[in-house]
Amino acid sequence: MMRSNLLLSAFGAFAVLAAGSVILPDWAMFLFAMALAKGLVCLGIVGMMRGGLVSFGQGLYYCLGAYTATLVAGSFGVSDIFLLTLLSAGVCLLVGAAFGPLLANYRGIFFAMLSLALSMVLYGSLSKMSFIGGTDGLNIAAPTFLGWAPEGRPLQTALYIYVTALVVIAGTLMRIFFDSEQGLITLATRDNELRVEYLGASVRNVMSYTYVFGAVLGGIGGTIAVLALGHVDPEFAFWTTSGEFVFVAILAGYLSVPAVFVAAIILEMVRSFSNLYFPNTWQLALGIFLLAVIVMLPNGLGSLVRRRKEDAT
Amino acid sequence: MDLVATILVDGLIYAGWLFIVSVGLTLVFGVLNILNIAHGSLYAIGAYASASLVGLYFAAGGDAVPWGSYAALILAAVLVALVLGPLLERGLLRFFYGRDEVLNVLVTYAVFLILEDVMKLIWGVNPYFVYEPYTLLGDVEIGPLFYVGYDFAVIGAAIVVGLAVWLTLNRTKIGKIVLAVIHDSEMSETMGVNVPRIYLGAFMAGAFLAALGGALTAPMISVTPGLGVNVIIVAFAVVIIGGLGSVPGAAIGAVMVGISRAASVHLVPEAELFIIYFVMAIVLLFRPEGLFAKTQARKI
Repeated sequence: MMRSNLLLSAFGAFAVLAAGSVILPDWAMFLFAMALAKGLVCLGIVGMMRGGLVSFGQGLYYCLGAYTATLVAGSFGVSDIFLLTLLSAGVCLLVGAAFGPLLANYRGIFFAMLSLALSMVLYGSLSKMSFIGGTDGLNIAAPTFLGWAPEGRPLQTALYIYVTALVVIAGTLMRIFFDSEQGLITLATRDNELRVEYLGASVRNVMSYTYVFGAVLGGIGGTIAVLALGHVDPEFAFWTTSGEFVFVAILAGYLSVPAVFVAAIILEMVRSFSNLYFPNTWQLALGIFLLAVIVMLPNGLGSLVRRRKEDAT
Repeated sequence: MDLVATILVDGLIYAGWLFIVSVGLTLVFGVLNILNIAHGSLYAIGAYASASLVGLYFAAGGDAVPWGSYAALILAAVLVALVLGPLLERGLLRFFYGRDEVLNVLVTYAVFLILEDVMKLIWGVNPYFVYEPYTLLGDVEIGPLFYVGYDFAVIGAAIVVGLAVWLTLNRTKIGKIVLAVIHDSEMSETMGVNVPRIYLGAFMAGAFLAALGGALTAPMISVTPGLGVNVIIVAFAVVIIGGLGSVPGAAIGAVMVGISRAASVHLVPEAELFIIYFVMAIVLLFRPEGLFAKTQARKI
């Protein structure tokens, strides 16, 4: 029953989002595609947040994914979007699997700072590597879809539908993971780690899983972002980029998967409208917004849905 | 041999600067249990305020007594602490005491974002230059190498700051009270300590040190927007290496980061940015809570 409901809502979400490709004007479609790509990265953070950990360095995988796609496309002439996504996800899976078990030993502020340090290591290294563009970064050509090479509006549409499909798949998988045994252990860890261990579960293992999951999602998000933008630079790994991902995760809260993407879209819209109307004070607006969320919605947008459900029952 | 000396001197100059910035951060964390990202903004505001104040000083005929510009630098830091300290601590942070540490990082991240733009609104986006205090102390010759005297003054300032903080904490009554609050704020309150006032005082001291770091740096650089973004992340690395809340830890952390960065600049310039976080990651691997942190028992 649960599964069929989930599948139904996944298809529903995909239908609604895909309909956007017909209705939305070009600029909005680009904005949504970027927001959803970043939403994928944030979904990884939310997965960790369920276990009480906040990664302040998710830019590491966002950047790693973007650079992997760009370098592969540049050196081997690969332009197929499916292949590029798979490769970036694979690289991030390997790197995540190497760091995950290590980071899973850290908690709270130390986890946040160590993940931040790792992303800054990547930022620092990339900025100084002039043979791959240094701080200027690199350009990537438009992607192809299994041999089809669209341009202009069709390209935008294809990219948008592709990221929509990824979002729905990733969201569904994440929901299944949340409700699985391991996922529930993650949630219990948030309340009391020591009790979970006394009950015989391995906190370290579940944290490693969620970390690796987050790494892969980060890589996929980075790949989509670089293909939409056509350009990548080390700023992808800078701590303020990661800060924005955390911002979205906080805005979404750890209760709901769709809330993550709603939050990502809200942030992207706030950013573009503030950029347009008050270019010098958009960080100010963002900061006040963040404070308001922390004070008024400490469990994020997802808690709104939860609350209504609980009221109904 | 020259290379080693150069690395040492450069490293110590950088470490002195780092220590002034980091010790305030670690002090605030020690007392308030808040890792303050807005520390970077206070640093940048200190730099701007001192640039303005020194500018005013020379515009008002300070050329006759150029040494007075040093007083202007310090006065700028005091002003920043007096204005922004109470505003941030009483106005905002006190509502978040006892909440989750990571959530509090985000609260200060929000403050950081707000202050970044407030600075642009007040000082605009054009760079400020105040080179006068930098040239006043002349040059220092070490063997075949020439250094600007001001750089050594920064090391001196760092030593003075370090000693002052350490002596205040360990040798005065108020310091003992602060240590008691760090140890157990509830128990201190039952003993009659005015804990909110200690929190305010500690935060203002931290703000002063951040602004002082900025004020002392202003003459060496052009003061531009975005100054605080890089500083805070390096200061984080220093306090995490030393152990959050530890003053000697901040000193050791600053020296480690300073020397390794200088070594990297001279030997492997590509690794300059990389090395700081690399050192931090290595230290955390072996000492998960930093070099000087007390190991805490996990609570059920």
